Amino acid sequence: MSKNLGWRGAISLFAVIIGCLYLIPSITSDLPAWWSNILPRDKIHLGLDLQGGMHLVLEVQSLKAVESHLERVIEEMKTDLRKNKIRYLGLEREGTESISLTLIREKDGDTFKDFAEINYPDFEVESTLNNEGQPEFHLAFLPKAKARIIKMAVEQALETIRNRIDQFGVSEPDIRPQENNRLLIQLPGIKDPKRAIELIGKTALLEFKLVDEENSVEEALKGDIPPGDEILYQVKIDQKTGQKKKIPFLLKRRTLLTGEYLTDARVQIDNQYNEPYVSLSFDSRGARLFSQITGKNIKKRLAIVLDNKVNSAPVIQDKISGGRAQITGRFSMDEAKDLAIVLRAGALPAPVKIIEERTVGPSLGKDSIEKGFTSMLIGGVVVILFMMIYYNLSGIIADIALLLNILFIMAGLAFFAATLTLPGIAGIILTIGMSVDANVLIFERIREELRLGKTPRAAIEGGYSKALVTILDAQVTTLIAALVLFQFGTGPVRGFAVTLSIGILASLFTAIFLTRVIFDFLYIQRGMKKIRI
Amino acid sequence: MEFIKPGINIDFIGKRKFAFIFSATMIILTLFLLIWRGGPNYGVDFSGGVLIQVKLDQKRTPSEIRGALKPVRLQDSIIQEFGEKGQFEHLIRVMETDIELSGLSDQVEKALIQAFGQGVEMRRVEMVGPKVGKDLRQKALFAIFYAILFIAIYISGRFELKWVMSIVMALCLAFVVYITSSLGMSVTWLIFLAIMVTLGLCWYLKLKYAMGAIIALVHDVTITMGIFALTDREISLSIIAAFLTIVGYSLNDTIIVFDRIRENLRRFRRRPFEENMNTSINETLSRTILTSTTTLVVVLTLFILGGAVIHDFAFAILIGVFVGTYSSIFVASPILLIWESTFTNNVEDKSRISK
Repeated sequence: MSKNLGWRGAISLFAVIIGCLYLIPSITSDLPAWWSNILPRDKIHLGLDLQGGMHLVLEVQSLKAVESHLERVIEEMKTDLRKNKIRYLGLEREGTESISLTLIREKDGDTFKDFAEINYPDFEVESTLNNEGQPEFHLAFLPKAKARIIKMAVEQALETIRNRIDQFGVSEPDIRPQENNRLLIQLPGIKDPKRAIELIGKTALLEFKLVDEENSVEEALKGDIPPGDEILYQVKIDQKTGQKKKIPFLLKRRTLLTGEYLTDARVQIDNQYNEPYVSLSFDSRGARLFSQITGKNIKKRLAIVLDNKVNSAPVIQDKISGGRAQITGRFSMDEAKDLAIVLRAGALPAPVKIIEERTVGPSLGKDSIEKGFTSMLIGGVVVILFMMIYYNLSGIIADIALLLNILFIMAGLAFFAATLTLPGIAGIILTIGMSVDANVLIFERIREELRLGKTPRAAIEGGYSKALVTILDAQVTTLIAALVLFQFGTGPVRGFAVTLSIGILASLFTAIFLTRVIFDFLYIQRGMKKIRI
Repeated sequence: MEFIKPGINIDFIGKRKFAFIFSATMIILTLFLLIWRGGPNYGVDFSGGVLIQVKLDQKRTPSEIRGALKPVRLQDSIIQEFGEKGQFEHLIRVMETDIELSGLSDQVEKALIQAFGQGVEMRRVEMVGPKVGKDLRQKALFAIFYAILFIAIYISGRFELKWVMSIVMALCLAFVVYITSSLGMSVTWLIFLAIMVTLGLCWYLKLKYAMGAIIALVHDVTITMGIFALTDREISLSIIAAFLTIVGYSLNDTIIVFDRIRENLRRFRRRPFEENMNTSINETLSRTILTSTTTLVVVLTLFILGGAVIHDFAFAILIGVFVGTYSSIFVASPILLIWESTFTNNVEDKSRISK
């Protein structure tokens, strides 16, 4: 073994240099230009519990997406039935499972059946004749198609939210899907968590509906809603008292235009009142539709509905062909900006529900880092002093190993782009304690060998070889625990598992290989006579 | 410098009766406490709800804070002082999971500012919905289960060199998982069953070292949980991580003692079993005390200086190190002794086992 000292020394030195290289970017921000090309330049990532920030888990209400899809299919079907002059009696959605339809004329039954099988492949079509000889259809939504819609809803929600967050301007956001239709969102360093949640959670469904001028709202409120109508409310906040007032509107349920056709939404300031409003621009199709709608309904009121709440219902004065509209309201600048963001990014395909939220304020994050590193420093110093006193020169060798361990752990974190969390710092501190273990095992064995009267070199040889198996055993068990924690843990716990694992591997390397190099150097190369241990 | 003189010979094995009584008492106390309290004190991670760490600018009593929360109907939340004195930090714990949890922290902040003025700082908010709480419970329990599984396999293979046996054990445990999950039993029972099956297999397959080690592990985690229950601390995800670390550490310790025992048994076949064990423990005492001390010192600094957030975690590991060291000497080894005296029918061997 002593013959390879040159190689072993070189490997050790190499490892240390690589470690330093990976660590340097985290210490200084000013790296010379030539550095970035070949050498590592990632700082160590700090977890949310150390830099402050927000962790959100959203659940996409995918069944609502299925409902919306079925509603859209029903609208398509209505158009198709009208085009083919097939008269129908009842056309309804049954939950998220199927659509039921009753036709009036028996002979339309076969026509429709053929038509449905070609044009609605996502459904399994069953037909019967009811008591009055009318064909009744039951179109069951195929499970495969349902799964597809749900999957698309989650993907679209992911993209939309990503879009919104990009526009909001958060550095290094992390947005990813999880099982069970969930989305994980991490926003480090966020200053205004409330705004972010509003922004993310808003469904932002923009719809234009006509106000039903013929029937009265009051009658409808009593319980008698005319067919094809619905009641939606406008929420107004009284300027002086701050009280909320809900004003009901009777609207025709059919959506004439949606936010899908928007190309842009911008915040503008109204000259008269100096208040911000959002100006909408439609694409060419949208502009055409808008012009048709306004052209056909002059002097009627068109309600602008946002997330099923009436924003405003202005009277259509003229046919509007420019494809522009406005959303007004008592917005603050922030509210207007956020509304523009969500309209630009698009509506969520289904509402999202926040099922987990963890926010750490930046002051607490800073505190945690300071306290964590202080403990590490003091604990480390105590252990270092202790080793020096108890094991003399050999103790110093163990201390060098300890310091290198910390170096390797930090460098390892940078290398794997792993995240350092507060439990992660605890893991480093634990490793300090445990890495000493390996050295102690070896040193105690060496002491024993010396007591039996062996020469320094033989004692070192004996100590290392006898202790090796036990060291491996002992560290492997903690490694098993760390790996299990990594697999099943979340966020901070994972950070702990990572630092613990890297720490164990590092301490194996330093205790078995590196310290041996130093010992051999001193006692073989330099020929020191007596082991100071 | 040496703390432990080389020729030391404390009769650990002789004192094992006291140790057993002590351990048994602690474990019974723990079980009693857990049953009395209706289960461990779950944190938000596992039971759902909201946890808010808030910093005020002057001293307020919990009842004042409760009063401030009345407008949002949260006056029944649990309110605790937190962290260092003079920082005026409190923990507000909302237990219900059936109210609208999102946006709750906002309401709380507004209510507190209303009552106490602007000097209110929301340091940390953790909101866990019931579904996620359930998921995290499952994850934690599976983590514990798999840890037991892998450790059982490793110990059997490593100690008894019976790798085939360990594969058999793994298959048995996998079978157990399959049965319990198809019966829909909860994961807690799964873990309990897994431990029982493992111990049973150790008994049947004569894996005495493995059995000693596993009993020591279960002993350690149970007592640590008991002390948590005693001091009314919450079990959160990071505490589960601490438990698994304790498992790793305790095993670490136990393996070192067992390795020495086996080495001495091989070298000194003539000596009585008890004597070999005692010698082994004494020989490794120096190393055991040293590592425990260094780890304790380091975790103690974390406990004192690390801040309130990591405090409970450090506490768990602190207890774990103590109990882990204790169990390697006073639980794992005596179990080997009992095994030897129970199972060795060989007349020659019987002469080696003292009463």
